[in-house]
Amino acid sequence: MHGMIREYRFMISRRTVQIALLFLLYAGNAYGWTLFVGNLSSSKIADRLVLADPFAVLQIFAAGALVSSEAVVGAFIVLLFFLIVGGRSFCSWVCPVNLVADLADWLRKSLRIDGGGSELRVSRHVRYWAIGLTIGLSLLLGVAAFESISPIAMLHRGIIFGMGLGWTAVLAVFLFDLLVVKNGFCGHLCPLGGFYALLGRYSLVRVAHDKEKCTLCMRCFDICPEPQVLETVGKQSGYIQSGECNNCGRCAEVCDEEAMGFGIRFPSAIT
Amino acid sequence: MFRTIQGAGLAVTSGLVWGGYVHEGKSAPLVLRPPGALPEDPFLAKCIKCGLCVAACPYDALVLATPGDHQPIGTPYFVPRKVPCRMCEDIPCVPVCPTGALDPSLVTDENEQGRHVLNINRARMGLAVIDRETCVAYWGIQCDACHRACPLLDKAITIDASRNERTGHHAFLAPVVHSDSCTGCGLCERACITAKASIFVLPRKLAMGEATNRYVRGWDSEDEKRLKGVSTDVTTRTRKSEGDAVDYLNTDDLMSPE
Repeated sequence: MHGMIREYRFMISRRTVQIALLFLLYAGNAYGWTLFVGNLSSSKIADRLVLADPFAVLQIFAAGALVSSEAVVGAFIVLLFFLIVGGRSFCSWVCPVNLVADLADWLRKSLRIDGGGSELRVSRHVRYWAIGLTIGLSLLLGVAAFESISPIAMLHRGIIFGMGLGWTAVLAVFLFDLLVVKNGFCGHLCPLGGFYALLGRYSLVRVAHDKEKCTLCMRCFDICPEPQVLETVGKQSGYIQSGECNNCGRCAEVCDEEAMGFGIRFPSAIT
Repeated sequence: MFRTIQGAGLAVTSGLVWGGYVHEGKSAPLVLRPPGALPEDPFLAKCIKCGLCVAACPYDALVLATPGDHQPIGTPYFVPRKVPCRMCEDIPCVPVCPTGALDPSLVTDENEQGRHVLNINRARMGLAVIDRETCVAYWGIQCDACHRACPLLDKAITIDASRNERTGHHAFLAPVVHSDSCTGCGLCERACITAKASIFVLPRKLAMGEATNRYVRGWDSEDEKRLKGVSTDVTTRTRKSEGDAVDYLNTDDLMSPE
């Protein structure tokens, strides 16, 4: 039992955070709890502090609107937070689509859905192009372009305020990940993930690799949703450099030799 | 090289489809926004779709548009026939908006002491319009439901009394909406007794025309003041009026345009 908890310690923590945040937001609307109200696009803590999705605020700027200072400050707070704890930590510790994507990934493994080399290949850089398109379309159309189609937003708004036909978007992401491309949405398409990945290059909390303990078993490569970030594993000790690592900690969980773990990489100016 | 072209092509085509979808999604003329909302285009630009206004509404009048609602997705709106705006004095939905898509200054008065006071009566969420064919009061039946339900009774809705010639015994007590006071809350629509409400709230842009300045309303002393100082010796000259009126019939090409 204790071993099981250790083996899934980060997964358990992540799910706790994801579900707790969604539940608090749900209660904020359904029961009038004031601790955390709104949704993951913008929210208010204890009736005092406003938080906002920095990518959404960026799109609104591009759309030509100057939002009130509350939202700007709120966006900066979130930006600063994820700059410290890891850009794409949002993806594995907060985002509700992560539950859908992880389920699809687990099913892919369990049902052995594998093209054996002939799968559709989508570049992991498409998400950065999607950021460009988002900003460009927001400029042209005068409205936040990604927020208008985001399945992440449809899912958290759906859970908190009512799904409507939003489940179709969630199902689409699920089926895409299950049948079309492994880690398709989160790993290739999502511009919000791309945005946080760009932030994540500079984050402090990162996954660290100890080459001396590594036996090259490759279990981390097997489990990682962004295996391209593990290029130094087995070759060189140090921190995972890429912002595309989403700090999910699965590599640390599956490594029997404790060669992977979390650490704080201070900027060289300080150390 | 081909990959670049392919990538660019994919970007352009998906951008066009995406942009087309978003642009179409913006057009929903029949949407009623919370009080203090900016005009629709700036509103859609600023609304971050957080739902703080929805959570704040004590009557659960506001909802966030879900896919399939035929409204701009994620934005707050209300359906008066279901749950009208109850015109809360403290307007909890407006100050809570983090981006300013709901602007408190649009529902604020400056009182004599120069202090800013919230005034829900300044809200302009829409305008109530009446279908006279289905409204039973216009049939001659005494109803009065919308008039009584209106929080601005005798300002936004007044009763026009007139004689019912058909019976000779009764009066028409017909409701009339006044656009300068109507907030668009929809309490009237909710109160209306007909199968489909005969008084209903439409967005102001749809419900209203725009007056012309060309006629001076002589019965209105204010409007007559517009004639003050206007010169009386103005003669309009056109090509036809250049010649003498008598010569008009003597022109060769009478029927052709000059």
